[in-house]
Amino acid sequence: MRYAFWPGCVSKGACPELYESMVKTSAKLGIELEELYDGNCTGAGVISEHEPELADALNARNFALAQKLGLDLINICSTCQGVQSLAQEKLDRDEAYRAKINAKLAEEGLEYKPGLTIKNFMWLLVEDYGLDKLRGQVTRPLAGLRCGPFYGCYILRPSRILGMAEHPERDQYLERIIEAVGAQPVDYEGKNKCCGFPILTNNRKNSLAQAGTHLAEAQDLGADCLVTPCPLCHLNLDAQQPSAAQVIEKELHLPIIHLPQLIGLALGIDPKELRMDRHVVGTQKVLDKVLAKVGA
Amino acid sequence: MQVHLKVKRYDPEAGDEAPRYSHYSIDVPEYATVLDSLLQVRDYEDGTLALRYSCRSSICGSCALRINGRAYLACKTKALDMMRDGEEIVVEPMGNMPVIKDLVVDMAPFWSKVQQIGPWLQPTGPEPAREFLVSHAAMMDLAKTMNCVWCGACVSDCTVLEVDKSFIAPAALAKAYRFVGDPRDGMSKERLEELSSVAGGIWDCTRCNICVEVCPKDVRPMDRIMQLRELAVEAGITNHTGVRHGDAFARSVRHLGRLDEVRLLPESVGFWNVPRLLGELPGALRMLRAGKLPWSHALLPWRHQIPSIRQVQRLFDSVRRERKGVSR
Repeated sequence: MRYAFWPGCVSKGACPELYESMVKTSAKLGIELEELYDGNCTGAGVISEHEPELADALNARNFALAQKLGLDLINICSTCQGVQSLAQEKLDRDEAYRAKINAKLAEEGLEYKPGLTIKNFMWLLVEDYGLDKLRGQVTRPLAGLRCGPFYGCYILRPSRILGMAEHPERDQYLERIIEAVGAQPVDYEGKNKCCGFPILTNNRKNSLAQAGTHLAEAQDLGADCLVTPCPLCHLNLDAQQPSAAQVIEKELHLPIIHLPQLIGLALGIDPKELRMDRHVVGTQKVLDKVLAKVGA
Repeated sequence: MQVHLKVKRYDPEAGDEAPRYSHYSIDVPEYATVLDSLLQVRDYEDGTLALRYSCRSSICGSCALRINGRAYLACKTKALDMMRDGEEIVVEPMGNMPVIKDLVVDMAPFWSKVQQIGPWLQPTGPEPAREFLVSHAAMMDLAKTMNCVWCGACVSDCTVLEVDKSFIAPAALAKAYRFVGDPRDGMSKERLEELSSVAGGIWDCTRCNICVEVCPKDVRPMDRIMQLRELAVEAGITNHTGVRHGDAFARSVRHLGRLDEVRLLPESVGFWNVPRLLGELPGALRMLRAGKLPWSHALLPWRHQIPSIRQVQRLFDSVRRERKGVSR
C-alpha cells in the first residue's frame, strides 16, 4: 500500500509527535508514504474566507503533485481533509473554474485532473487497510483503556462533500478503531462538536469554554483519554487544557492522543518513539494502563 | 412497521423538577414521518404530549426538534430512516432555547436575534420613479437565503450559542446577509460595521458547519456568514482580530509555503496588545516545555520554506493580480 502523504503544517510545527508517530505506525502497518515535501498549506479554511480562489489554487497544486506520483492522497488532519474535499468538490464540479485554476498551475508544469482519491488516515484504516487486518497486527491490546473519540468538525461536516453517501458510517469509524485495538470507546455528546480552535485568537473565552465543556463531559464519564484525527483539535484540547480548566472552573486532566499514537501503542511500538512525552497534559496515566497489561 | 419512541418530557408549570423520558411503541406505515408518529402517540396513546406543528409539508418550519441528538424538521424526516437497527428513536426539544413544555420551546430568544439585525430593506437616496430593478444573478444568490423557514434547527444545534448566549447565531446572520447582499439596500456598509464589531457578531462563528448540516432548506447559514466576512473585508472593515488572523495566515503561507504558528498569534491580536500577549505567555511556556512551540519557523524561516516556495509565491501573486483586475 503506497500513498502520497500530505502531513499538514501542524504535524511539522506544533505537533511534531503526530508526524513522528505517523511515520513509525504506518511503517509497522506496511503502509508506504511518499511525502509531498513540496506541498503547501491547504489554507485551513482561513484563506478561503477572504480569498476562496487562492485557497482552491493552493489545494489544486497539492492534488496535482499527488497525481504526478500517480498515487491516492492521504492526510492526518481533519481540517486538511475538510478543506481538501471542499476544494475538490468545487474543482470537479465546474470545468471552467478548473481550467482557470489549471492555467495558473501550468506555470509550474502542473495540472489537476478530476477524480483524485483523498483520504484521512482514519478512513484509510477502515476502508483500505481493514479493521480485521488491523486487529491481527495488534500485539499490545489496549484492554481496559477508556477512550473517548473526538472527530473534529471538518471530517464530519458538511457530509455532502465528505463521501458520506458512499460511506455512511464514516462518523463512527473512530469508535470502531478504538474497539479494534482493544480499548473501550466512551460515548459523550461532545465527540462530534467543535473544539473551538478556529476562534482561539479572536474569542479566547468562547473557544476555551467549548474545549473545556467537552473535556469535562468525557472526563466525568470516566474517559482515560481522548483520541483525535485532528491536530488542531489536539492543540485546543491538550495545549490549552490548563487554560480551558480555568475558564470552566473545573479541574481537568485528560490526555489527548493522536490517532497514529493510539494505533502505534497497540502495535507494540515504544511510547518514546511515538513521542508520547510531547504533550502538555502528561500521558503517563494512559501508558500506565496500557503497559501494565503487557507486564501482567 | 413498529416504531419505538423515547420522548423527552418536561412540564415546569405542572411542577416537574427535571425532564424525564416517556417510551412508546406504535404501529405506523413505512412512509410515516417522525411527526406522523408523534401525532399518533398524542392522538391515541398519550394526549398529554405537547408538540408544535402546522403544515406537515416542511413549509411552515414549526416542527423542528431533535431526533437522535440532531435537529430535524419532524415532518421531513421518515421514522424508518431514524430507527438504527430497530432501536428507539430519541425525540427531544430543540437545544439552545428554553423548554415551555415537552417538545415545545420558547422561540423568543430566536426572534430577538432576528430583530437585532434589522430584518427589513433600508434603501437610501431618492425613490426611483418605477420599481427597483434587481439583476437575476443577484436575486438568485439571495434566493438561497430566502428559503429559510425560521424553523430554528440551526440555532438549536449551534455550538457557539451553547457557550455564549450573545452570539447572533446562524439564522439571523444568514438573514443579515440577505439584506447586505441585496442591491436595493443602502445600509450594507453600516450593517457590516455593526456585524463586525458587536458582541456575538460574524467573527465569533467557529465554522463548525453544524448549521449547514442540519438546515432542512439548504440555506447553508455558515456559508452566508463567510460571505459577510468577505464583504466586510472588501468594504475596508478590517480592524478586527479575525481579519488580521486571516491576513497573517495568508502571509505566512506565502512566506514559507506552510503555516508559521508562532507568528500567527501576535500578528492576529496585534504586537501592541501587550496584556493579551502577556496572558498567552504561560500557555506558550507550557508548549515550549512540551516541545510544541515551533519557534524556529519564526526565527530561522529559511530552514522551513518548502523547496518550491517561489512557485507558491507566483501562484499567490497571479491569483491576487487577477482578482484586483476583476474588482476594478
